[in-house]
Amino acid sequence: MPVNGARAEKQVLDGPSIERTLTRIAHEILEKNKGVEGLALIGIQTRGVTLARRLGELIRSISSMQVPLGLLDINLYRDDLTRVAEHPQLHRTEIPYDIDGMTLVLVDDVLYTGRTVRSALNALMDFGRPRRIQLAVLIDRGHRELPIRADYVGKNIPTSDEEIVHVRLTDPDGREEVVVSAGSHR
Amino acid sequence: MSERAAVESPDKKTAQWTRKDLLSLEELTREEIEHILVTAESFKEVSAREVKKVPALRGKTIANLFFEPSTRTRTSFELAAKRLSADLVNFSSSGSSTSKGETLRDTAKNIEAMNVDTIVMRHSSSGSAEYLARSIRAGVVNAGDGIHEHPTQGLLDIFTIRERKGTLAGVRVCLVGDILHSRVARSNIWGLKKLGAHVTVCGPPTLIPPHIEKLGVEVCYDLNKAVESQDVLNILRIQLERQKGAFFPSIREYAAEYGITRDQLRRAKPDVIVMHPGPINRGVELSSDVADGPNSVILDQVTNGVAVRMAVLYLTTLVER
Amino acid sequence: MKTLLKNGRLIDPKNGIDAKRDVLIEEGRIKRVGDTLTDKADTVIDASGKVVCPGLIDMHVHLRQPGYEYKETIETGLRAAAKGGVTAVCPMPNTMPVADRRSDMEFMIGEARRLELINLWPVGAVTLKQEGQELTEFGELRKGGAVALSDDGRPIVDSNIMRRALEYAKKFDMAILAHCQDEGLFCGGCMNEGLVSTRLGLQGIPAEAESVEVARDIQLADLTGGRLHFCHISSRKSLDLIREAKARGSKVTAETCPHYFHLTDEAVLRYNTYAKMNPPLRTAEDVAAVKKAVADGTIDVIATDHAPHAEGEKDAEFDKAPFGIIGLETSLALTLGLVREGVLTLTGLVRMMSQKPAEILKMDRGHLSEGAAADVTVFDPELDWVYEKDKIVSKSKNSPFLGWRLKGRATDVWVAGRCVLRNGELVKHG
Repeated sequence: MPVNGARAEKQVLDGPSIERTLTRIAHEILEKNKGVEGLALIGIQTRGVTLARRLGELIRSISSMQVPLGLLDINLYRDDLTRVAEHPQLHRTEIPYDIDGMTLVLVDDVLYTGRTVRSALNALMDFGRPRRIQLAVLIDRGHRELPIRADYVGKNIPTSDEEIVHVRLTDPDGREEVVVSAGSHR
Repeated sequence: MSERAAVESPDKKTAQWTRKDLLSLEELTREEIEHILVTAESFKEVSAREVKKVPALRGKTIANLFFEPSTRTRTSFELAAKRLSADLVNFSSSGSSTSKGETLRDTAKNIEAMNVDTIVMRHSSSGSAEYLARSIRAGVVNAGDGIHEHPTQGLLDIFTIRERKGTLAGVRVCLVGDILHSRVARSNIWGLKKLGAHVTVCGPPTLIPPHIEKLGVEVCYDLNKAVESQDVLNILRIQLERQKGAFFPSIREYAAEYGITRDQLRRAKPDVIVMHPGPINRGVELSSDVADGPNSVILDQVTNGVAVRMAVLYLTTLVER
Repeated sequence: MKTLLKNGRLIDPKNGIDAKRDVLIEEGRIKRVGDTLTDKADTVIDASGKVVCPGLIDMHVHLRQPGYEYKETIETGLRAAAKGGVTAVCPMPNTMPVADRRSDMEFMIGEARRLELINLWPVGAVTLKQEGQELTEFGELRKGGAVALSDDGRPIVDSNIMRRALEYAKKFDMAILAHCQDEGLFCGGCMNEGLVSTRLGLQGIPAEAESVEVARDIQLADLTGGRLHFCHISSRKSLDLIREAKARGSKVTAETCPHYFHLTDEAVLRYNTYAKMNPPLRTAEDVAAVKKAVADGTIDVIATDHAPHAEGEKDAEFDKAPFGIIGLETSLALTLGLVREGVLTLTGLVRMMSQKPAEILKMDRGHLSEGAAADVTVFDPELDWVYEKDKIVSKSKNSPFLGWRLKGRATDVWVAGRCVLRNGELVKHG
């Protein structure tokens, strides 16, 4: 994927650092929840799913225990759905276990305004009554518009509102990095 | 997903839907049809949840405007709208002002004046949906216009075939019965052809519309022959009053020549699926043992109908007016 | 009161003239036609670059009065006709009540006289209330001014009634104008039966609904020796039958309308009710056949079947909208299209739009012989214009040609020496 030369990108995480960061988060999850008992991961479509899957693998290699994984598409719960010009593409939602009484770790790539997480929380409430929900993100870039904070943060990156954070993962982007670009506000 | 990532999303190509109306499958591109089908998959999952409701159309109002009785389609749209959290109002022709001579345009304008976002209409005149869409600002979803089209039925049939057969490309589908007066047949033909299926129509010569072969379908008058090589048999409802128009001499003879029975199915491929848009005239176009048998996907069609209609209402209602 | 038309191209098929001629009108008559006339006149008009011809006659219109004045009135219809270069129209009797009595003829003619616009030559009904059961009083209708008889809009289903009508009309030397439609095959249809009707899910009307009845009526014309004129022929099959009948010596004549040589049933796509008329628009093959029949004389007359309907009536579901379109203000330009295509000569056009209708109706018009009534049309065959809704004179605006760029238009019209159109504008009288 060629980078647009006119728009400078600054790399903030490279491939190995992403892997290290995820490993750390996996440890933190196990530590905070004292194991995997009653624990499940929910990835927010689409990159959150990739991250959740990888966290699941890391947890398994650390604890030899399998943590159930769920996929969540929050588009139908967006608060701006009736206002966006283009329809968001819907993705699969698949939560193949009963979430009642579970500890859910919601996984996303970037935490920004908090509105996606709000949508995800609402969606999860329609699926049942989890015991608690935690939030894991690879990047927290600030600028929250709702009272939401993450339990596990890969890296805090101070940004300006005009900047864009791109998280690229082997699946689906073919390479691994996190970059900040100057933005393309229209 | 990262917030505001939709702007940068690599799978942006599929996120294009610009129609406030769904009037026919003839007017849709292959990509648009596929977009609806993919969207419907998400909604099928919603319908399988414990809480079968998403807030996607919260605050939107959808009107069911049915000038012909149809409990089935109306209910399916009603469930679809409610599962999307839209407010739904039902207008039916009996008791409303249409029976007092009010024109369709006036009726629709009145409903629109109540700030309805989308009107779902069933009407006996072909082209009435297109006419309505031209006349008002609200979106229009065609729930069957005369003998023209019934696009959501076509979509749910296609969705069901794809679910069972994995693809439409090269799948052999035979529509059986009254093709001439069937809006279901027309929508199926357009949709199936666009997705690469092979389509045969089979019925009495009096009920095959003129020049239908120019739409790229095969015409067959002999059900025994037609059944043999098909992957899908989509059996259309025969309207008993057609007998009066000299289209066929008697229901008895129709059933003998064009009814699908277990004997007929023995000629077909073992994995053939049998479809019917309902309501079935049991023992006429379809015998009970086939309708309730292992090849029948008739109830899947009903289930999928809600998902497809959720997708259609979701897509059309959110397009800016 | 003398009017001198100078330097025009006079086309008078009956007198075999297509040449630059001056025409002198005096006392409502053609006083003289000559190479260069130098008479003193009250009005001298320079018609150079224009065609001067006997006034156009539209033998098939619907003026809707009495009964449907919201669609058209005799006044608005005659004004629209004058604007289109027409000096005489034949309104069909499907008014409300049906024009089936002498007094109905007299009423319409009286209105036209009062209005002093153009000639109105009424057509009386063949059967009472156009119900196809009992004959009207042809003699009384004739005395009241009827120039022909027709149940237009409805076919005469009973072959025996048609036979008797053709026979009895011989006594009065009147033509029966036949609207050919087999009711069984018509079957409540609303457009041509074909691929387009299949796509749109609209009940089709096969071309045979027309040609089956054309075949019957040819046989009845042969049987009776009556004068039969076929209205608005739309299909190749009908034309083949008429061509063959004429070759055999049958006394039949035929008309078509501009929409049948300009449009196909594809104009109906998107449920365009302005393309809904009866008989319906047919296929490209039929359009080609109509042109051929215009060229070879199988078709004698071009008329409009001018059928005004109010906007709200056409703004409806396709199957519920009424049949018909207006045509008086576009027929000349649309027929000139055939001249430019090489289908028709200008002489042929004048023959089909003036001379032949006069002959069929037995009216002494359609020529500019010295001494003839001075019904004269002058048109500019090269004038470009756009057919715009707000410029339509007719009370109704239901035309599929709205927005079309057209070429050729009437500029001046005299009826019995009285000027009703001057430089393309209607002349106000009184």
